[in-house]
Amino acid sequence: MVTLGHYLIVSGMLFTIGFAGVMLRRNIIIILMALELMLNAANLSLVAFSRFHVDPTGAPNYNAQVFVFFIITVAAAEVAVGLAIVVALFRLRQTTHVEDIATLKF
Amino acid sequence: MISPFLFWIFALMMLIFGAAVIINRNPVASALSLVVSFLGLAALFLSLDAYFIGIIQVLVYAGAIMVLFLFIIMLLDLRAEKLRKINWIASAGGIAVAVALMLQIFSVVGKFSAAREKFPPLPGSTSDDVHRIGLLLFSNYNLPFQVIGIVILVATVGVVVLSRRES
Repeated sequence: MVTLGHYLIVSGMLFTIGFAGVMLRRNIIIILMALELMLNAANLSLVAFSRFHVDPTGAPNYNAQVFVFFIITVAAAEVAVGLAIVVALFRLRQTTHVEDIATLKF
Repeated sequence: MISPFLFWIFALMMLIFGAAVIINRNPVASALSLVVSFLGLAALFLSLDAYFIGIIQVLVYAGAIMVLFLFIIMLLDLRAEKLRKINWIASAGGIAVAVALMLQIFSVVGKFSAAREKFPPLPGSTSDDVHRIGLLLFSNYNLPFQVIGIVILVATVGVVVLSRRES
């Protein structure tokens, strides 16, 4: 039987994959994709809790799903702005590699 | 509720293709792996009776956002990156932090007693969830809904300003 813990563990593993991607990869576009993976892992655990808390009328807790809706919207805006910055940066430096962009590095 | 067999199929599909996103050297292959990973995630949303979220996951992520990623990758003409000298100390540190995070999550979920309970049965149908979510958006969450509209507007204007060529 599938329990709440299964969904939470899978969500945690997806978050870890995204986190490892941000830590290990040096290509800005891949880092943005790994950020998307982390946001979606959070969405999965929110939806699992939404299904777990059935309210007295017999419906899942829809507040969590509204929250997921907002997260998806913010993620879409974030990706659009992030990719626009990548394009502007590529025009300036012809690279998407984070180690080539070290002007602000301490 | 979903059968355990289907749950594992979709969960493994999501995790394997999610790992492929960060393992692939070719950005196009990474983006396509991300699409498959999101389709698996959408199936898990459907298994949790969240039909609206599952559908907008496919429409917004697999449709809109991934097209944006692929468009930028092809616009910038990114090839598979050349193998640079890998900084082993930094990589080992990154892997160690990620493994520590995963162990932390496992221990928290392991101590969480509700995590071992089955999902309660749903007496009613959830096929009207668009209606319910829409009602919540326009009543309890009306202010956040308008704020998110402003966020989208600012992002749109910002993208136009950022991608304008200096003349």
